Amino acid sequence: MTAAVGEISAIAALLVAMAGAVASAVALRTRNEGLVSVSAGAAWILLGLVTVSALALTYGLVSNDFSIRYVAFNTTRGTPIYYKITGLWGALEGSILLWIWMLSLFTGLVSLIHRRTQREILPAVLSVLFVVSAFFLVVVAFVASPFQRLFPVPPDGRGLNPLLEDTNMLTHPPFLYAGFVGLTVPYAFAMAALITGRLDESWIRSTRRWTLMGWLFLSIGNLIGGWWSYHVLGWGGYWAWDPVENAAFLPWLPATAFLHSVMVQERRKMLKVWTLSLIILAFSLTIFGTFLTRSGILSSVHAFSDGPVGIYFLIFLGIILIASLGLLAWRGERLRGQPQLDSLISRESAFLLNNFVLVAATFTILLGTVYPLIAEIVRGVKVSVGAPYFTQVSAPIFIFLIFLMGIGPLIAWRKASLDNLRRNFLVPGSVALAVGVLLSMVSVRDFYPLLALTLCTFVAATIVFEFYRAIRARNRIAGEGVLRALSTLFQRNQRRYGGFIVHLGVVLIIMGIAVSMSYSREREATLKIGEGIQLGKYYVQFQGMGAGEWPTHFRVWGNYQVFNQGHPITVMSPAQRFYPTQQSPISRAVLRSTVKEDLYLVLGGFAQDGSNSTVKVLVRPMVSWIWIGGVILVLGTLLAVWPFGRQRLGDEED
Amino acid sequence: MTKRKKMQLGIGLAVILGAIAYVIFGGLQQAVVYFFTPQELRAKGEAIQGKPVRVGGVVEKGTLIREPQTLTVQFILSDGKESLKVRFQGIPPDLFGEERGAVVEGTLQPDGTFRASTIMAKHSEEYKPHKDGKTPDPKEMYKTLLTGDRQ
Repeated sequence: MTAAVGEISAIAALLVAMAGAVASAVALRTRNEGLVSVSAGAAWILLGLVTVSALALTYGLVSNDFSIRYVAFNTTRGTPIYYKITGLWGALEGSILLWIWMLSLFTGLVSLIHRRTQREILPAVLSVLFVVSAFFLVVVAFVASPFQRLFPVPPDGRGLNPLLEDTNMLTHPPFLYAGFVGLTVPYAFAMAALITGRLDESWIRSTRRWTLMGWLFLSIGNLIGGWWSYHVLGWGGYWAWDPVENAAFLPWLPATAFLHSVMVQERRKMLKVWTLSLIILAFSLTIFGTFLTRSGILSSVHAFSDGPVGIYFLIFLGIILIASLGLLAWRGERLRGQPQLDSLISRESAFLLNNFVLVAATFTILLGTVYPLIAEIVRGVKVSVGAPYFTQVSAPIFIFLIFLMGIGPLIAWRKASLDNLRRNFLVPGSVALAVGVLLSMVSVRDFYPLLALTLCTFVAATIVFEFYRAIRARNRIAGEGVLRALSTLFQRNQRRYGGFIVHLGVVLIIMGIAVSMSYSREREATLKIGEGIQLGKYYVQFQGMGAGEWPTHFRVWGNYQVFNQGHPITVMSPAQRFYPTQQSPISRAVLRSTVKEDLYLVLGGFAQDGSNSTVKVLVRPMVSWIWIGGVILVLGTLLAVWPFGRQRLGDEED
Repeated sequence: MTKRKKMQLGIGLAVILGAIAYVIFGGLQQAVVYFFTPQELRAKGEAIQGKPVRVGGVVEKGTLIREPQTLTVQFILSDGKESLKVRFQGIPPDLFGEERGAVVEGTLQPDGTFRASTIMAKHSEEYKPHKDGKTPDPKEMYKTLLTGDRQ
């Protein structure tokens, strides 16, 4: 029954999406106002039907309806209620249902927010969104249906992969999908601009918030992924350059480039083709990423179940690329004759360079990710491209980006004079140089970390310096105090100052990555009770084993007394969890995190009588900076997009 | 923009592009690791000795020996046709065990054994239990491990 409701509403939603696409296309041609309203209404019906479908699956999960294959494979009777609900995106079929639900929600919001401001191109926008929705609904209804029945009905289900039983894992996929779907909206507007020929800046202005929100969700999704990997997977790392991780990270790069190139287009009416290409690239990569991870074409430690969906995503990707690039070529005439670059030493050129480097990073990582595939097709050999490739290649690229991050926001538009350069960069440059020299004298001797830290200092100094000067100016003009001045600055130019905060967050993240990658240490040993190992200033002493029953599993842990330079600081208890449905135990690492460094313990094994245990000890410096930087990045983005009550949504000025 | 500036810009971009291309291909050449089955590895003979490769297979039943004191792990990795004796020092991943698929990265030694620097076991989203406790078909498990296997 539940399955039937879900299935039927999914099919009905597909019909509505197709009808909506046709209605809006006709509305676009005939300029029929009534039809525009009809397609806007269709967006809401679509949302309603997809919601029913998603609720049906959720109900199936919560009510232990094991006649549904998806439910039987992803929950058990004993699964706590919250993991049953999040089982909705625990595996492929449900994830796609969640994806289309978010897409239909965004489509509804677009039709609501932009019904007045963008009435001219709204039908074209909706048409694109309906087509994308229809594709996902075909997958949900016919290819990878979450409502497939299972017969005979098993008495109990198999349960979720225990690695996914984690609060971060509850939030990671929805954020990623929200990011992917968020990018669909500016893509739809870009296509609408091409279709209607209204290629001025109005589509960019309308989608500014959508783009930033999509970018924000994508950033959060990736950060949470790293956090989960670090805290749960128990290998001490947060990023492995695995194809699945790359698939989530790849769209972020052109999306970031897009965020910057739209500023140039708004301000100088330049880079139109480039900006359009970037959003096409970003959106295509979200689809391509899904193809990569879901086709099973690349081996990955994350191993999603391979399904038949891969080929559908590939076909859809082909359609998107042909249609988008075709439109771009068709409108090529109208996109010409833009203003030219005045000088190489200008903000335009810094942004162009930033874009160029981000796209280069995209293709570098893309190449490394698909290289095994190319090698197999072309040369018939199986190869894998390991993390060293990605770190080696991306380190110089990202270091150059940090440099541009310091230059871009401050250098003058059109042509920077020597005076402008001196005024903006003399002080931060000197500070950075001094810090760099100091660091090299203290301890940081390796080239890349030293360069990265110096440039990060440079960026941070430019930001602090800029705030300092702006506050001083407010103080002189209006006699405002520091806080009052800050609030004025954010109100007057929230995008600019929000952007600075985002940059500050990125700087902290990069510092955390640079240092933790270069200066981590680890040791592992088998210890009898009372024995210990030394790692740096820490001494870790094994005190004994403990065990206990948990709601979903049986847990065994080791107790380790940790000494810092001879002083006892804490007892840490890394564990292994034994799940009834799993063949082998799952490690649960524990860590003690400080601003300076993390101490990370993993229980590798133990004797049945508890007399000895094998433990892995890692010291990873400055990892917490990544998470702190992530929080700052989120706050900065929110400051940049928050509607401070001055304007209606979708009705944006500059 | 004048012709001269255009040329400057062009040269600048070309230099950056060249640098990136150089880094990419240099990086790829160093970082590409070939993937073999034990049988394919044997077929390569001595030529492959000492070069970093990945080998995928199933850990044979009854061959896994762990020595906690030295943190040494030994086992025989098999693809059903050939088998390979593997030595590893460290803590293998959670999902590693007998009769399970594993991919090892390391080098073939002159004595024909394989010294692994990394062991990879595959996480699976859905747990697939063996029917009636029967031994799983090594081919089936092996299939799920290999690159480029479209089922």
